[in-house]
Amino acid sequence: MAGPRWEGMLDLSLSEEQRLLEDVARRFFKEHYSAEQRNDIIVREGGWSDKVWKKFAELGWLGLRVPPEYGGQGLGMVEAGLVAGTLGEALVVEPLLISAVLASVLIDRLATPEQKSRYLPALTSGEQRFAVAICEPQCAHDLDQLATCAIRSDRGWQLSGCKSLVFGACKADLFLVISRLGSRADRSFGVFAVPALMSPEKTPYRTADRQQAAHLVFRDVRLPDDALLGSDQDNRAAIELALDATLVTMAWEAVGCMDALLAATIDYVSVRKQFGRTLSSNQVIRHRLAQMKVQIELARAAALHAALVIDRSDSIEAARAASGAKVKAGEAGRFVAEQAVQLHGGMGVTEELMIGSYFKRLMTLRLLFGSPDFHLERHVGLTARLKAGERPFP
Amino acid sequence: MNFVLSPADKAFQQEVQVFLAENLTSEMRRGQRLTTSSFTEPAVFTDWQRALHRRGWVAPAWPKEHGGPGWTPMQRFIFEMECGLAGAPNLIPMGLNMVGPVIMKFGSPAQKALYLPRILSGEDYWCQGYSEPGAGSDLASLSTRAIRDGDDYVVTGTKIWTTHAHHANRMFALVRTADSPRPQDGISFLLLDMKSPGIDVRPIITIGGDHEVNQIFFDGVRVPVANRIGEENKGWTYAKYLLEFERGGSFRAPRLRQQLTHLRALIDGTQGYFVGSSSSGIAARLSMIEIDIDALTVMQLKILADVQSGHNPGSMSSVVKLCVSSIRQAISSVAVDALGQNALIWEEQRPLHDLRHERVLPAELLAIMPAYLDGRANTIAGGTSEIQYDIIAKRILGLS
Repeated sequence: MAGPRWEGMLDLSLSEEQRLLEDVARRFFKEHYSAEQRNDIIVREGGWSDKVWKKFAELGWLGLRVPPEYGGQGLGMVEAGLVAGTLGEALVVEPLLISAVLASVLIDRLATPEQKSRYLPALTSGEQRFAVAICEPQCAHDLDQLATCAIRSDRGWQLSGCKSLVFGACKADLFLVISRLGSRADRSFGVFAVPALMSPEKTPYRTADRQQAAHLVFRDVRLPDDALLGSDQDNRAAIELALDATLVTMAWEAVGCMDALLAATIDYVSVRKQFGRTLSSNQVIRHRLAQMKVQIELARAAALHAALVIDRSDSIEAARAASGAKVKAGEAGRFVAEQAVQLHGGMGVTEELMIGSYFKRLMTLRLLFGSPDFHLERHVGLTARLKAGERPFP
Repeated sequence: MNFVLSPADKAFQQEVQVFLAENLTSEMRRGQRLTTSSFTEPAVFTDWQRALHRRGWVAPAWPKEHGGPGWTPMQRFIFEMECGLAGAPNLIPMGLNMVGPVIMKFGSPAQKALYLPRILSGEDYWCQGYSEPGAGSDLASLSTRAIRDGDDYVVTGTKIWTTHAHHANRMFALVRTADSPRPQDGISFLLLDMKSPGIDVRPIITIGGDHEVNQIFFDGVRVPVANRIGEENKGWTYAKYLLEFERGGSFRAPRLRQQLTHLRALIDGTQGYFVGSSSSGIAARLSMIEIDIDALTVMQLKILADVQSGHNPGSMSSVVKLCVSSIRQAISSVAVDALGQNALIWEEQRPLHDLRHERVLPAELLAIMPAYLDGRANTIAGGTSEIQYDIIAKRILGLS
């Protein structure tokens, strides 16, 4: 049993460009994304600020993963992860990762050159906003249980199904809808680009962490042939890869949340006094914080590992690493969030502090696209598929 | 950020692999696999150490002037990785990684000339006289006394948890040479000959059934002043230096990976015995451990990158120690649960590698419960996990 085939290493220090990317991102959010600004975006702009999105486009983040020939930066998973971390620190509500990672990788991997020219520059510039419809009420994101189906009709396709947790659905111009091709019994999949104007029935709601999402219902929606990205063959691997890439950036985002939570908690326990001394002078509190730190570092390393592996190959190892990162981010995320609340005492259970907001974001990141139990099982299954005797990752 | 070996490093990796193929025997690997205690027995590692010494590779962390191979941190990583993955015996650290660096840094020219070559060759076998019954985590409160008498110190007191004192011909010890307000300021670093009159080594048997550690009694043992390292009452400083020397860290992750890989192979290969292994919980736990090993590997590589670029990784070594010990315990723990009731079958013979006629269970399976029991020491020895949390809170999180 082995890990990824690995010829070698490696220098894991950040390059100057990577440091700069992260610094710019952090500074941007520090200046333009205070708690008040964030609240305004949620309450007054439907959770997707035009101004902020324009800035994301200017900074090149929408096209972070888009190949340069389509106007993007063509950067790798580590760069995407670095930006994702700053999103987590700042509790950004805009669905940046959905666009910059999930949508862009789906298009890049599946679409025809003509379709790529149609969609990628528009995604990169922010001219068109994308939402991805993959989850379903009965099966989360698990492709094997997907019920949305697209049947061939005389002039294209007929799409039917119910999608849930479509982030940014109310402001998106285009939905990328993951569907079975054929009936429930068929095993092939595809991604359809569905304009919002052909809008399915929408039931908007907020998620626990105040992001804007919706249920979508498609009832025999007629789509032209070229609504399908690429061909009707062999799309499953590409869809899973796009999801895996998204998982990894979500793991980085979670680490950003955890870093912010730990820092806030240290600040609080260093100031708050009871029994004539600071909370931080108690060993059990110090140890709890140290335990949180250890979990964060493991999650951070797992996320970095997955980013590096995905950049190198699309193989089973990449999928395993992505699941591993999601497991660590989910487990550490819950532990750190729960303990942060705990160490803030009564205040931690109120909306007064940002602690609760980080908690809810970490739970969202834990549950979306597969909880730790799901991904642990996936890791087990993928491990069984690896060839024996392969040289393990160091 | 670069995720590919340079051609030079790749060539070096191949060189190491060739050396392993030519010198690491299946007997050595078996001996290491059957090691239930924390440290490997000399019968298992001595030939391996000799082979490394002949090649000049026995002390990867030593400077070239004292017999190290002059490797870059990356080469050291590659070497440890290949040895770990191949299941090579662990050498004991007391000479090579503990007293050796102290002698190199603080010893007199005569001490360096005498001791360093003998550490490399394995001619001297060292043990560490630090902990006492009353001084474990609070080592500075040690009370074994060394009183000056002419050209000697006379040492009286006791040391405990002394690994392999029963194999050793030399000991390096921290002893009290003065009483002072700060206990650290009255400690000296002495080198002892284990054959000195007045030294009594008494075995301590662990819950895994192993004789690894001992209690030592010193009854008026005469130690020449010439055997003191550096200045009197400066011993604590020299002992602390070791923490700096090991800052780059040992790269434990590959060895842990090999243990996990081997456990999986064992479960798959001797399935009939692993009565607890069919539950899906075991598979999930194995995956969880592997995920943690992947993370630990990247964590250690990041620390390596920091060291290479001249940055001080600070107290991340405490984070690493915690992760390494908890992963080690997780592996031994899942092995026991997977073996289920068959883990209750106990073999008295120690060391286990001397068992030539397997009874009831294959020797490797007989090792699982003792290894788990002895493995509880991983979170205790070398700085308890609780001490590591204290260090993390103070030095990494900045809590005063």
